[in-house]
Amino acid sequence: MTDHASRSPDAEAIASQFELGWGVLVGVIIALLLGMIVFTAVHWSSMPPSRVEVVEASTLHRTGEFVQDNLGTAVDATGRIVVRMLAAQYAFRPSCVVVPEGVPVTFRATSSDVVHGFQILGTNVNSMVVPGYVSTFEMTLHGVGERAMPCHEFCGVGHASMWARVRVLPWSKFQALSRAKRRTSCV
Amino acid sequence: MFNARRLILAHFWIAIAAFLGALILGEWQMIVRSPLHAWVDNPEHYYRSLTAHGSAMGYVFPTLIAMGFGYAISVSALKRNLLGLRWAWVALALVVVGALAAMITVGLGRASVLYTFYPPLVGHAFYYLGIVLVVVGSWVWVVLLSLNLRAWRKEHPGVKVPLAMFANVAGAYLWAWTAVGAALEILLQILPVAFGWKTTIDAGLARVLFSWTLHAIVYFWLMPAYIAYYTIVPRAIGGRLYSDTMARFSFALFLVFAMPIGVHHLFADPMVGSGIKVMHTIFTGMVAVPTFLTVFTICASVELAARMRGGRGIIGWLGALPWKNPAMLAVAFSFVMLGLGGAGGLINMSYQLDSTVHNTQWITGHFHLIFAGAIVIMYFVIAYDLWPQLTGRALQSLSLMRLQLWLWFLGMMILTLPWHLSGLLGMPRRMAYFDYTHVATSPYAWTVIVSVLGGAMVLISGVLFVAILAKGHRTERVGVEPYRFSVALHEHATAPRALNGFAVWIALMVALTLVNYGFPIWQLSRIESTSVPAIYVGGDQ
Repeated sequence: MTDHASRSPDAEAIASQFELGWGVLVGVIIALLLGMIVFTAVHWSSMPPSRVEVVEASTLHRTGEFVQDNLGTAVDATGRIVVRMLAAQYAFRPSCVVVPEGVPVTFRATSSDVVHGFQILGTNVNSMVVPGYVSTFEMTLHGVGERAMPCHEFCGVGHASMWARVRVLPWSKFQALSRAKRRTSCV
Repeated sequence: MFNARRLILAHFWIAIAAFLGALILGEWQMIVRSPLHAWVDNPEHYYRSLTAHGSAMGYVFPTLIAMGFGYAISVSALKRNLLGLRWAWVALALVVVGALAAMITVGLGRASVLYTFYPPLVGHAFYYLGIVLVVVGSWVWVVLLSLNLRAWRKEHPGVKVPLAMFANVAGAYLWAWTAVGAALEILLQILPVAFGWKTTIDAGLARVLFSWTLHAIVYFWLMPAYIAYYTIVPRAIGGRLYSDTMARFSFALFLVFAMPIGVHHLFADPMVGSGIKVMHTIFTGMVAVPTFLTVFTICASVELAARMRGGRGIIGWLGALPWKNPAMLAVAFSFVMLGLGGAGGLINMSYQLDSTVHNTQWITGHFHLIFAGAIVIMYFVIAYDLWPQLTGRALQSLSLMRLQLWLWFLGMMILTLPWHLSGLLGMPRRMAYFDYTHVATSPYAWTVIVSVLGGAMVLISGVLFVAILAKGHRTERVGVEPYRFSVALHEHATAPRALNGFAVWIALMVALTLVNYGFPIWQLSRIESTSVPAIYVGGDQ
């Protein structure tokens, strides 16, 4: 690039043209990415948890759906399977959850003290648990067996020992278990 | 460096002290949580260290680099003494006192809450007050830069603001508004509880407010690196900046799009609805635009330099680049890490994909690759480039500088790539110890050991960096030419009006933040029942 060329107006026009071309390409890339996100969100209804649901954290233990006796996996009158879980420093209750394989399950969780979170290893089940709010989402787990479920948000000095388990059972075994007990778990 | 030489040196050395301390803590954490070491006897020590590491690396080190470099740009781009020199020293004192207060509190184990605070966990008030002082000090810097630019404009009516100063002030305004989210959280929510005036706190609202700061703060860290890409690198490698206008446009876009996107950190959170989440996803896509533009402009500028040095061919010009020049080496390393980290970022912001990686080691890998990798390696370039100006002596050991940069680059890759992998395997973050004998977690073991080695390389590189700069104070004095910034390929006397000022961009920045954050903040602050009792950490309140 000589000084002569760098001063000519043609060179500048060419430079701008390349720049514009790149700008258009960037626009297309971003539009494509966002397009895929919107498409999968709308078409597959694949999106993060959708609503803001609150709960009184200070009375969790004596009233409402997160009382001790109601935690664990329940099959309600319509056949819907609901897992209710309570997180507190430094354990989940129940510390072992039972779910049937290949069947949609609704998960509902909250915290009675600080912010927690969890993921079920080997799946994309991943949620924060914030005191005062209910985290709720649908999940379907595949593959019979036991999966680890660590707390993944710093919740105090004992955080690293806060691990729960999820046991995925064949449908028949799960049915037998849930017929025997109103709320099941594998603790 | 006009009247600011000692001021800038002080900023750099204090920043480097914080950096080195935090680096040592980081490697210690790597070792004690690895299979190479027995479980840490008291996990509180681990989180104490993690809080100090994050606070020093997140709040103190980059802030002081941005401030010191910002003053250097102000005096050398505007070619005038720094206005308000005394206030600049006051600002530095505020940052230092704040950093000491925070670090001592953390060191005593009274605020092991991590640098992201996590209410309703509440530590000792001095920790938060210390952070507030650091931020207040940096706000004084914002005002000083703004006043210096105004004074220059009065003396040079109608003249184009030098690109380096335009970007510098854009970064300062970005920070001023970025810090507001966390400031609201600390002042309105946490401090009243830390002082014992209140006992409850809304953790959901606190997370939303913090997310306002949490993402955009990375762009504040990134600003000095981007300014170095545009205004140091082309000059240092003997080339030209491809386009001055596009550079200004990129910095303006950062102002606009850095803030209204923070909720992408809260995709897995229950207190923000899907509508707000998808809005923030779309704006996060937009903030990739200025980085894409930067990649083009800098690659084109580097190619220009190669062709000016006689480089030929489609790929062949790469060989003509001055690879022995530390600035060249560093910008290449920085772009590799920016490319990988940026691609990871696009995955994180993708609404659905996030649930696979949220709060796993993938995220730790991501932000270390971007900040500690792509950004900090450019901080090294800035220091190396400024040092002769600040000391009046030449840095003589180019080979040592190259070794330092190679070690940092390789160390960062060896540190962060295994983190990405273990994250995909589901390894959670922020764990003081792991049971590596468990069937679910044993696959992580080797990745953690590899990362320890990467961390060690990074630590050695950090020590080398300090040694090179310290040695730079003892070499012979040389005549130093006035500091210069890159010249554009097609230099114009004027810039488009909108790209010579900030009014439009600041208006958009504030408006978009209010639009994207207004509803969730308003909604959550109206709900009383979500306030929960604070849990005090670190002994008596």
